[in-house]
Amino acid sequence: MTNPKKDILQSLWDFFCSLKLTMALLISLALISIIGTIIPQGIPPQEYLAKISQAKLTFYKAAGFFDMYHSWWFILLLYLLTVNLIACSVKRLPYIWKIVTQPVTVLDAALERSLSNLTTIKSPGVPEAVGERVAAFLKTEFAQPVVTQSDGALHLFAQKTPWCRLSVYCVHLSVIIIFIGSIIGSLFGYKGFVNITEGGSVSKVVSRSEKELPLGFSLRLEQFSIAKYANGTPKEFKSILTVLENGRPVPDYTNVRVIVNDPLTYKGITFYQSSYGNAGNYFFTASDLDGKNAVSLTVAGQGSVSLPDGSSMHVTEATNDVSQFIPELSGPAAQVEMHTADGKAESFVVYAKHPELNIKHAQEHGKGPVLHYKGAEEKMYTGLQVAKDPGVEIVWLGCLLMVVGIYSAFFLSHRRVWVRIQDGAVTIGGNASKNQGGFQLAFEVLVDRLKAELTKEKLT
Amino acid sequence: MTSSLFFNITTFAYLASMLIFFTFLAVRAKALGTAAIAVAYGGLFAQTVAIGLRWKESYDMGMGHAPLSNLYESVVFFSWTIVLIYVLLDLKFTYRVIGAFVMPFALLGMAWAQLGMNTGIEPLVPALQSNWLLYHVITCFLGYAAFAVACGISIMYLIKAGSEESAEKPAGNALLAMFPPIKVLDDLNYRAIMVGFPLLTLGIITGAAWANYAWGTYWSWDPKETWSLIVWFVYAAFLHARITKGWVGKRAAWLSIVGFAATIFCYLGVNLFLSGLHSYGGK
Repeated sequence: MTNPKKDILQSLWDFFCSLKLTMALLISLALISIIGTIIPQGIPPQEYLAKISQAKLTFYKAAGFFDMYHSWWFILLLYLLTVNLIACSVKRLPYIWKIVTQPVTVLDAALERSLSNLTTIKSPGVPEAVGERVAAFLKTEFAQPVVTQSDGALHLFAQKTPWCRLSVYCVHLSVIIIFIGSIIGSLFGYKGFVNITEGGSVSKVVSRSEKELPLGFSLRLEQFSIAKYANGTPKEFKSILTVLENGRPVPDYTNVRVIVNDPLTYKGITFYQSSYGNAGNYFFTASDLDGKNAVSLTVAGQGSVSLPDGSSMHVTEATNDVSQFIPELSGPAAQVEMHTADGKAESFVVYAKHPELNIKHAQEHGKGPVLHYKGAEEKMYTGLQVAKDPGVEIVWLGCLLMVVGIYSAFFLSHRRVWVRIQDGAVTIGGNASKNQGGFQLAFEVLVDRLKAELTKEKLT
Repeated sequence: MTSSLFFNITTFAYLASMLIFFTFLAVRAKALGTAAIAVAYGGLFAQTVAIGLRWKESYDMGMGHAPLSNLYESVVFFSWTIVLIYVLLDLKFTYRVIGAFVMPFALLGMAWAQLGMNTGIEPLVPALQSNWLLYHVITCFLGYAAFAVACGISIMYLIKAGSEESAEKPAGNALLAMFPPIKVLDDLNYRAIMVGFPLLTLGIITGAAWANYAWGTYWSWDPKETWSLIVWFVYAAFLHARITKGWVGKRAAWLSIVGFAATIFCYLGVNLFLSGLHSYGGK
């Protein structure tokens, strides 16, 4: 009598145990992952949205293509892979576990037929005495043997690295551990960002989901500086930070240097040098083409200001010495972006020591106003990436296990040698779980040495 | 003696080695095979000297860093690792003829780097100033190189297996007689990937560790990271294919070739066509 329910369970189990499913999942994951490397992830940029059709956009959004690595179907594939590798391991592990923990120690006829490495050496003598010699030989040349008496014969069994048969499961387990670590990180950790101006301090950061999160302490930026190579490319971005508890500096966390690739960790929260900018004000004057009606303008580091004609402007970059960009010019300069009242945007450079260029620019664009740069107030801010991830240690544990597992799965082999002493003959056989060719050579050497050992012993 | 002189010598040596290998295939004189590998050894030596000199030169210029910082340096290093892995394989198994299918990859890298790229030594940007750079790049590229060798072997496998299936062609068979038996090629393919896969895994892990140390995120699904995972999936599939019925032989060889194509896209395609965190490629 068949139980249909049991059949369904059985076929479901067989489905999850199959290596065909593994192949299908690995190949699908490889193919599907490509989507997210072509379609931008996160909030798609304007230029990209302008390029694709409305129908495509609707479809991409509905399918979750803009955050595909967190979409239900991608996560589902990862879960299927996890279930698949657990099922495969559960199915095969008991068998392998038995090989490792309960080795066959007797060389019987059936085992003898299955061995491709097999030799018989004639050795008349008391079986027990021969057995002792072989045991001593195996102990020094291969591994400590187990001696068994069975069916009037003396059996010796020795093996090397039996546990390496488990390394595949170790790799499978490591994948699960990495998943667990990443889930813990996403549940109990956060990623955020914070800007601090020189002299200022913060006690909250903004998470990626735009939530304000209290740190539980304060962080003060003492100073921010940039070092450059001779050719002008940046060499080092450096923030000097102090951790404050109840407004007081914490002794070991005072004036800590944080640069790219050298973060600061305090109470499980880590701060990474990420960006920087000027938070101080920029000063300009704006006038008509003939220099009349001059007004001074102050533009905040990250703000914008309205001009008399209704347009607005902000500073994108400024320098104290323009000659490093344009060798024939000198003095301070600012790159500004202007948005006119009718919605047009343009970006241009305003100089401090070259008023004629500022006037020329205004003339080329019609009526004005003419802008002149008057310099900036130096006050830098630093942008720090903030991360708290209590799962990261578990992820590293998983990675370590994976590397050790892959290494032993590929490069270690379970080698076994059986010896049977019966009727004046020593029969020796062996096998290996991997690298058969290499084992065959090693086995031949072992047999030659054993032959020499047994004949030498007889002579003395 | 400058590094660029030695890099030029290297390129010529790899070209010569490849041409001698091709002649060896056509003529089947054993001496030619020995000559070809000898020239490859010479090239590898010249390239090792060149990389060492370039490293020293960067210190003389006051910005000392390992020569692994931009596309030029990485392509040169890639080419070095390919020949290194091939030479190690040759020392262990002495199947000379594989050189004819591996040296072209090394030559291609050197020629492209020497002719098509800016060879100047540049200062290291802050993001790359870390010891992780060395561990990450070396493990990744040794892995890539092992996959390149596996790809060469897989091409040989497909050619030989294809000709064994089709009708006998005397001209082709004489040439193919020099190839190792397909069983050996299949085994060598597996062995090369057995070397490459742990190295790729280490490369991905060191990359994740570095990212975590520099940005606080060990995995951010950046195109480069994703493509390295795609490559990892393909070779994981290859390794499982060997214990699955119906996936051994030709299909496994194809997986190895697809894996290397994905590797090359991960290495170059991502930098040239997609945007992301590994910006050394430049457009």
